[in-house]
This record gives sequence, structure tokens and C-alpha cells, in this order.
Amino acid sequence: MSTHEDKGHIIPNSTLVAVWLALLVLTVITVAASRVDLGALNIWVALGIACSKSALVITFFMHMKYENWLFRLFLLIALVTLAVFIGFTFFDTLYRQPI
Amino acid sequence: MSETTHTAHAEHPKDYTGAKLGMWLFLFTEVLLFGGLFILYAIYLQRYPEGFKLGGDQLNVWFGGGNTLVLLTSSLTVAMAITALQQGRVKASLRLVGATLFFALWFLVNKYFEWSAKIHHGIYPKSEHLKEMPGGEQVFFNLYYLMTGLHGIHVLVGAGVMTWVMWLIRKGKVNPDDYVTLENAGLYWHLVDLIWIFLFPLYYLIL
Repeated sequence: MSTHEDKGHIIPNSTLVAVWLALLVLTVITVAASRVDLGALNIWVALGIACSKSALVITFFMHMKYENWLFRLFLLIALVTLAVFIGFTFFDTLYRQPI
Repeated sequence: MSETTHTAHAEHPKDYTGAKLGMWLFLFTEVLLFGGLFILYAIYLQRYPEGFKLGGDQLNVWFGGGNTLVLLTSSLTVAMAITALQQGRVKASLRLVGATLFFALWFLVNKYFEWSAKIHHGIYPKSEHLKEMPGGEQVFFNLYYLMTGLHGIHVLVGAGVMTWVMWLIRKGKVNPDDYVTLENAGLYWHLVDLIWIFLFPLYYLIL
């Protein structure tokens, strides 16, 4: 077994099925949570659960856990770029004067 | 590190890191494409919270939830297909990619029935019924068709990619020694799943 192969790590089926089950449970939780009126908090709960599901998919299904640091850096840059876009858009629209 | 792996590398000088990094770069452009649409959604949700709530109530949670289960399961099958091929179980891998293709088509069939029902009720872009609706609902349904439509095109492309990979596995061009094409096809498919993970609560579960 070599550690320098870039051909990748084999993820056992048991891990993949466990991740899938976790994703199903999170889907049920997100539906259940949406039936409870939390006001403005509802959207943040939904997005929080969606982010956790994404993290599971990226980490295990997309093998990110076993990729080298360069992949993580790329992912970080993409997510920061997206956050900057969203943040700056809201800096604009939230503080517009009513016409 | 045995001698055999060295010769194997010499015979197949494929750069796995480079191939996958290229795929990830492409996926980031997809994230920015959908990201722009999610920004539109966020701005209009903030402007028309009532209209979005009324629009969301008209979408069928069972279609959305059912399709969520279909896509999550398809992500599992393609991930298992990679594991199977890495372990040298070629036939199992072929069956698992086939299952992924089956789930992709299942998703599209669900989408067809869902959209047909909406269109039957007169809700589609530029319809007379939609024009009479309040502004918030109009924006909601237009964005709904735009985003789920663009996502649907990605599912269709994904189904095509899975068909192509199945053919490559059959031909032996993708095999236990050289499977980066299957990995990249899987990465694309997981992205399609990731986008749906956000679309589902934002459109079907909005309160």
C-alpha cells in the first residue's frame, strides 16, 4: 500500500451507505422543520441543513476527504467568491432608499 | 511501493490529480452560474416574502421530496460504482452506473408530471393566469421554471454522461486501472445532486 498514489482511496460501501442514510434523515428533518413556524428563522434552518447535506456529499461522495490540499484550497476560493457575491449584493439591496 | 505499481504508472501516465482538478474547476463555474440565480431568488424572497410563501404552497412537496430521495440514491449508486471499479468488480460497477442512469430518468419523468400538472393549471411563464397573479407569485414561478429547468437540463446531460461512461466501461476503456473518467462523471452527477439539495427546501418547503 503506497501513500503517494494519486489514484485515490477506496471508500467502503458501508461508509457510503451510512452517508446516504444520514442524508435521508436530514431530508426528513428539513421537511419536518419547515412545518413548524419559526418566522424568519425557517429559511436559515433550511439553509443550515442543506449546507450540512452538501458537506456530507462533498466530503464522502465526492472524495474530498481523501484529496490533497490543493482541492480544498480551490473549494475554499469558490465558496468565498460566492459568499462575496451574495454579501455585496445584499449590501446594495438592503440599504437602498425607497423610491 | 512495489515494482509493479511503478511499471503500471509508466504504462498509464495519466495525471489523476490534474484530471480531477480540471473537473472541479468546471464545477466551480457551475456553482457560480447557479449562484447568480440563487442571488436573484434571495433578493426577491426578501422583497416578496408573502408571494413566495403563496407560490411555495402551490408546489407539491411529494414530488419535490420524492425527487430528493431519487437524486440522493443516485449519488449513492454512482459513488458505489467507483468503489466497485476500484475493487475490480467491473460488472457490479456497470450495474451501478446503470442504476444511476435509471434514477436520472426517473427524476425527469417525475419532473414531467409535475410540470404538466402546473401547466395544466395555467401556471407557466407568460400564461394569462400567471399574469393575473400578484407580483411576488409571478416572480416565484418564473424563477421556479428557470432554476428547476436549468437543473433539469443538467440532469439530462448527466444521464447522457452516464450512458457514455457505461459504453466506455463495456469497451474496457474505463477499467480498474484507469477509471478517472468515471470519477469525473460522478463528480458532475454529485454537483447536480448538490444543487437540488438547495432547490428543494427553497421552492417546496418555504413557509
